[in-house]
Amino acid sequence: MPEPRKPFDRERALSVMASAFRTMVPLNAALDLEAIDCDFGVSVMRLPWRADLVGNPVRGVLHGGAITALVDACSGASVFFALPKPVPIATLDLRIDYLKPATPHKAVTARAECYRVGRNVAFTRAIAYHDDPSDPIASSAGTFMIATKGDSVMRKAGS
Amino acid sequence: MTAEELRALLAEARTSRDFGRFVEAIPFARFLGLSVAMQGDELVTTMRFDPKLVGNSTIPALHGGTMGGLLESAAIFTLLAAPESVVLPKIINITVDYLRSARAVETYAAGVITKQGRRVTTVQAFAWQEDRAKPVTSAHAHFLVQDG
Repeated sequence: MPEPRKPFDRERALSVMASAFRTMVPLNAALDLEAIDCDFGVSVMRLPWRADLVGNPVRGVLHGGAITALVDACSGASVFFALPKPVPIATLDLRIDYLKPATPHKAVTARAECYRVGRNVAFTRAIAYHDDPSDPIASSAGTFMIATKGDSVMRKAGS
Repeated sequence: MTAEELRALLAEARTSRDFGRFVEAIPFARFLGLSVAMQGDELVTTMRFDPKLVGNSTIPALHGGTMGGLLESAAIFTLLAAPESVVLPKIINITVDYLRSARAVETYAAGVITKQGRRVTTVQAFAWQEDRAKPVTSAHAHFLVQDG
């Protein structure tokens, strides 16, 4: 993982994450995504279980698309927390492997890590789990373009 | 919904070629505002625009999860429409390529079954907006299609 240039202000980052990632991103709010934790290059978010987000009506597990939204949002946040200053980013690609069936009626938590920031591209990996990060239901690898066109979400949020 | 009810709904939709009924079986497809219909000889999934689907409200652009969900759904509908389909496919993995910024308008998606195996099926899916020749997002996914 890249080294931080100055100490990571976790409290401030978490409060920006908790507000901006929902107010600036309508889908995150529509899914009730919660910001749980963060660190330099690390983000943890939770997707609550909801009946309208189910993929299989017999089993009652969350749809893969809802997990994709969680992992994309969480991985993007981990890139923000690895950048020296907030600039716009855009997902280039995202792969998700479903390691085992999700448990019905349970929230899913994602923990994403941005482990490399290049001049143009940042690289992430993430896992999704119910209660125990060592027992993941999905794992993911993503790449993000850095400094794309458009205003930074973080700058618009007043940071 | 019981397994028997789901099986009956999917079979009925397939035999009557009323593929729009697939959406009734999948709550998240309704959350995304999807509809499904044959256009010519191709099954096309349409996602009407809704402000809640936006990821970047400045541009504005649809969320990466919105596009991933649309493509995964389009892939599943393609499999459900296939004559040999019996069960709701279980996703093994999906890779989504974000080719262009997906603008805040109605979006379409279609899938192609690239390999139909006994246990695993591979599907490629594309999403486009006004211009089909300029896909905004593509994906390929593997599904378990074996019963049980």
